[in-house]
Amino acid sequence: MAETIQLEIARYSPEHDQKPALQRFEVPLRPEWVILDALNYIKDKVDGSLTFRWSCRMGVCGSCGMMVNGEPKLTCATFLHKYEGKAVRVEPLRYFPVVRDLVTEISDFMRKLKRAKPWLIRRTEKPLAEGEYLQTPEQLDTYKQFSMCINCTLCYAACPVYGLDSEFIGPAALALAQRYNLDSRDQGAEERMLALAHPDGVWGCTFVGECTSVCPEHVDPAGAIQQYKLKAATHWFKSLLKPGG
Amino acid sequence: MDTHPANPPPNYTEYHPRWYRRRVSTYWWLGSWPYVRFILRELSSLAVAFFVVLTLAQIYALGQGAQVYAELQEWLRQPAVIALNAVALLFAVFHTLTWFNAAPKAMAVRLGGKRVPEWAVAAPHYAAWIAASAVVAWFLLER
Amino acid sequence: MPKTSNDAFFWGLFSAGGTVAAILIPVHLFLFALAFPLRWLLEPTYGALMDLVRLPLVRVYLFVLCSLPLFHWAHRFRFTLYDGLQIKHLNEVIFAGCYGGAVLGTAVAGWLLWTI
Repeated sequence: MAETIQLEIARYSPEHDQKPALQRFEVPLRPEWVILDALNYIKDKVDGSLTFRWSCRMGVCGSCGMMVNGEPKLTCATFLHKYEGKAVRVEPLRYFPVVRDLVTEISDFMRKLKRAKPWLIRRTEKPLAEGEYLQTPEQLDTYKQFSMCINCTLCYAACPVYGLDSEFIGPAALALAQRYNLDSRDQGAEERMLALAHPDGVWGCTFVGECTSVCPEHVDPAGAIQQYKLKAATHWFKSLLKPGG
Repeated sequence: MDTHPANPPPNYTEYHPRWYRRRVSTYWWLGSWPYVRFILRELSSLAVAFFVVLTLAQIYALGQGAQVYAELQEWLRQPAVIALNAVALLFAVFHTLTWFNAAPKAMAVRLGGKRVPEWAVAAPHYAAWIAASAVVAWFLLER
Repeated sequence: MPKTSNDAFFWGLFSAGGTVAAILIPVHLFLFALAFPLRWLLEPTYGALMDLVRLPLVRVYLFVLCSLPLFHWAHRFRFTLYDGLQIKHLNEVIFAGCYGGAVLGTAVAGWLLWTI
């Protein structure tokens, strides 16, 4: 294995720059290092102004998502030695505005996540004396996959529909809505349907499928959205037979 | 902006850095192989529409008499038309394959508490394709 | 039950059309556009085809074969124009052109199959 590896990192300083530019760094190539280790090495030893988000460094918090050689990846879960022999290009996640260097502005995602109402909605609450809401393993299995989302927004960086139309609610929000729709304890499917069975919601998706390919937690948001489309279409046709609302 | 009473506006000028927004290129779909495959799949709808136009032309020609129909058959034999139709057929089959792979995603079938695997949902589609094709061929070839 | 976006209806048509297209178009296209013109297989005579086409069930079959796939094309092509050419601001024109085209094709199919 070589001693060092080259990284090309997107730098953007809103005070000085009109647009981002790539800056080259040379970092040690240690076999156990991930891209995040290389970024922290640069920040500690070479250029303290390099700005990026990270937290858990173990693939559960969703903070460190960036484009690595054009693909959305969690930098704490991407090994450096895989890129030995080539330059590694690290850029901020695609389709989001860039605040500085590798940090993106994700409040659009946060707002859209809220629209999906990703919490248990009850029309009728059980009195406390009756105990907790019980759920069988089979009931858990229906939505468990969609509950694994860590809100890393890699799927938004992979979705061309979101890139082209910022009104689109996007994969993670829709997958999380479906996670709660399928939860046996939830009674909010109707409420979510009104917000999401919408041209900017489920109907904006053209099933490119890249969101599922890049998801580090194997949530399969594309699958969740197609299931939601079928559900929404069935709901629409049924509502034709029950006029008056 | 958050205007909740618990978050009154601060008593200083907020620093709002200028965000950089990259415009998505018209050629975004050339950016990666999955994107190219996606656009090819979407373009297969043109082969579908082409087939309908062709079929309507055939039905029209049938109605106009044996002579006109023979002229259409002659036109279909031209090498350029054969080539065009071969491409259309490739796209039509591409549509079929991608459609049968996509259908199981929308149908989360559960049997006995567990999700039916995707190939098991796709298999009846392929079976229907083969069966229907056989029936159509039988109708057209035994005369 | 309050009604949600009408896109559900067009997606339903798109799905139905896509399924019909997936199952039936390959064999029809292979036979009429390749096998018969290239004489790989013996083509039915004009008389035999006319007898077939005049059967009520065959007329209905052909109507479905020509109509639903057009709505599949309309829906898919509409979104291809939005995303591929990024002309979503021409929304109304695209909508009218695509679904209008499908309706027109359906009308032509209906008239041809009724009068043949």
